[in-house]
Amino acid sequence: MDPRVLDQFLFIALPYVCLFTFFLMTIYRYRTQKFSYSSLSSQFLENRQHFFAVVPFHYGILAITLGHFIAFLIPKTVLAWNSHPLRLYILELSALAFGLLTLIGLVSIIMRRGSISKVRQVTTTTDWILFVLLIVQTALGISIAVIYPWGSSWFATILSPYLWSIFLLNPDISYLAASPLLVKSHIVLAFLIIGFFPFTRLVHLLVVPNPYLWRKVQVVRWYGNK
Amino acid sequence: MQVRSQVSMVFHLDKCIGCHTCSIACKNIWTDRKGAEYMWWNNVETKPGTGFPTKWEDQEKYKGGFELAENGKLNIKSTSKTKIVPNIFHNPHMPTMDDYYEPWTYDYQNLFNAPEGSVQPTARPISMIDGKDIDIQAGPNWDDDLSGSPIYAENDANLEGLTERQRHELSAIERLVFFYFPRICNHCLNPCCVASCPSGALYKRGEDGIVLIDQKRCRAWRSCVAACPYKKTYFNWFTGKSEKCILCFPRLETGQAPACFHSCVGRIRYLGVLLYDADRLEEVAKLPDEELVEGHRSMILDPFDPQVIAEARKNGISEAVLEAAQNSPVYKFVKVWKIALPPHIEYRTLPMLFYVPPMSPVQASKPEDTIKHNSDNLFHDIDDSRVPMKFLANLFGAGHEGGVRYALAKQKAVRWHRRAETVGDVDRETADRILREANCSREEADAIYKLTTLCKFEDRFVIPPMHREQAIEMMKDPYEHKTEVGFGFVSGPARGL
Repeated sequence: MDPRVLDQFLFIALPYVCLFTFFLMTIYRYRTQKFSYSSLSSQFLENRQHFFAVVPFHYGILAITLGHFIAFLIPKTVLAWNSHPLRLYILELSALAFGLLTLIGLVSIIMRRGSISKVRQVTTTTDWILFVLLIVQTALGISIAVIYPWGSSWFATILSPYLWSIFLLNPDISYLAASPLLVKSHIVLAFLIIGFFPFTRLVHLLVVPNPYLWRKVQVVRWYGNK
Repeated sequence: MQVRSQVSMVFHLDKCIGCHTCSIACKNIWTDRKGAEYMWWNNVETKPGTGFPTKWEDQEKYKGGFELAENGKLNIKSTSKTKIVPNIFHNPHMPTMDDYYEPWTYDYQNLFNAPEGSVQPTARPISMIDGKDIDIQAGPNWDDDLSGSPIYAENDANLEGLTERQRHELSAIERLVFFYFPRICNHCLNPCCVASCPSGALYKRGEDGIVLIDQKRCRAWRSCVAACPYKKTYFNWFTGKSEKCILCFPRLETGQAPACFHSCVGRIRYLGVLLYDADRLEEVAKLPDEELVEGHRSMILDPFDPQVIAEARKNGISEAVLEAAQNSPVYKFVKVWKIALPPHIEYRTLPMLFYVPPMSPVQASKPEDTIKHNSDNLFHDIDDSRVPMKFLANLFGAGHEGGVRYALAKQKAVRWHRRAETVGDVDRETADRILREANCSREEADAIYKLTTLCKFEDRFVIPPMHREQAIEMMKDPYEHKTEVGFGFVSGPARGL
């Protein structure tokens, strides 16, 4: 196959299919299967390993995801920050640290899910597929950080414009032309995870408890709108 | 004054025989499902004992309920607003299945399928979670009747503050003493589970005060399980949702008593409406420990007071509910006679389930000599009771004995008054004296006697019409609604997608 056709499929068609699936299915699931929106915690069945697995994973992946979003949203600011080498090193090192934290957490999660028979009872095939996707994606990310350093800068110059072109419905894959295979795989897998997202437990991310910190202490519901 | 109505309960511990019929009735209706096997929305505990989950009253371990901070604020002990953000991934005070028990069944198939051999096949216990062989270590009423046991009873949190002698007498061989303590959700006025829910899935129904969990909004953040000091919200490990006692609201709405109430063999349970002043909630929840019981009682309003009735009407409380409040047996026990007390009010959730402290194991505490019935102090057996007043006070008075002694003294006065009336082995003069000292009139004693011993179904359960039709009318045409609703969810409560 012509590599350009493949590129067009992987970096234009696939992203749109995945993003469309994401938005359509999360909304559809929320409207028809609201009961299924849950973090499906298994802490009740096993407490100790849960702490050492879930906590590093969540802090790691939240920081990493946030980092990707920032580089996507405000690439110029990131580049300005990185203009000073020391700041660049700090950013890169902390990103790598959070990446490793994610990996450690994820490995612990998978080991916990596999080794404790009670927890295995509440682990579905979907969960296992998700774990494989996530661990490959994390490993790819860390490899890229090590092999192709200063990712925070080149993300801002190459990937951010590409992603913007996707969201502005004017896809331009010329930015990716020189990207190595690792980076390309990371991008493809990212979109696959986004497309798979609505069918997994990840949906709990969309229902994080934002009103709690602002609402009244007690909740009372009346028949009408009292 | 903001008048609200609350369906409240009284459990008369003097009548509880510890038969667990209530637990079974509840289990059969509500929690006989995958993920809910270990839940006992209603359970009966032996006191002194460790209860279910084990040592639930030990808030050093479980961090349930509220605590009054030095700056005068009421904070949730387990996951307050400042603690919820860092702790949302892993709740540090979440009890696990080990604190309850691992549900099991027996491998009955083995009785039929075992290959022929020299020994009889057995049905071994197997876990209801992973189906593996299980060595049963605990169960829902594992220390049933095991008071005196050094493993269980000695770890009862309510033994705090008891003297060495009192502890010894509680568990002495051939003298040990216990009573039963049936528990359901207290449907508190200041529920800690509701306050702690990050999703806002838990709520109190405005019209009847029943505390419920919106199953479609629960996201398994687990805060309520840690926050409820009575450990009456449970985590369904299969559906990933929390569940709790719903006070059988589908039964209440159709005029039936909740299953545990209906099935109670000892007829210890009473249910009725209380009116209370919601404006005073915060103020009362912040009172110092020794004033909590009295403060809580003072929130409950007199349903005969014209001003209360006017305010209630203004707040949309229907005439039928007002009438139910006036006939409420709970109102009599709690407010008029003052012999029913809230459990562990020091958790500051303002529970609306009240207990009449038990008289039964009170007498005969003297280890050597016999009891002198002609003592000048007519209440000496209560003061020296085998279940020390301090123990009951830890359960029902935030450690303060006044309210408990008052309730026990009045109960004793009722007994002596009735003995003078019917048996005749107590002279009228002594009976009147004990009534006077217990702050009880003859009429009141007769009323207590009647509602305690001769209570019929409709005396025990005064259930107001719940007017659910109004709820429907406000949202849509009732005839249209009638054709749309089935039973439960349209989709079953499965785990995830």
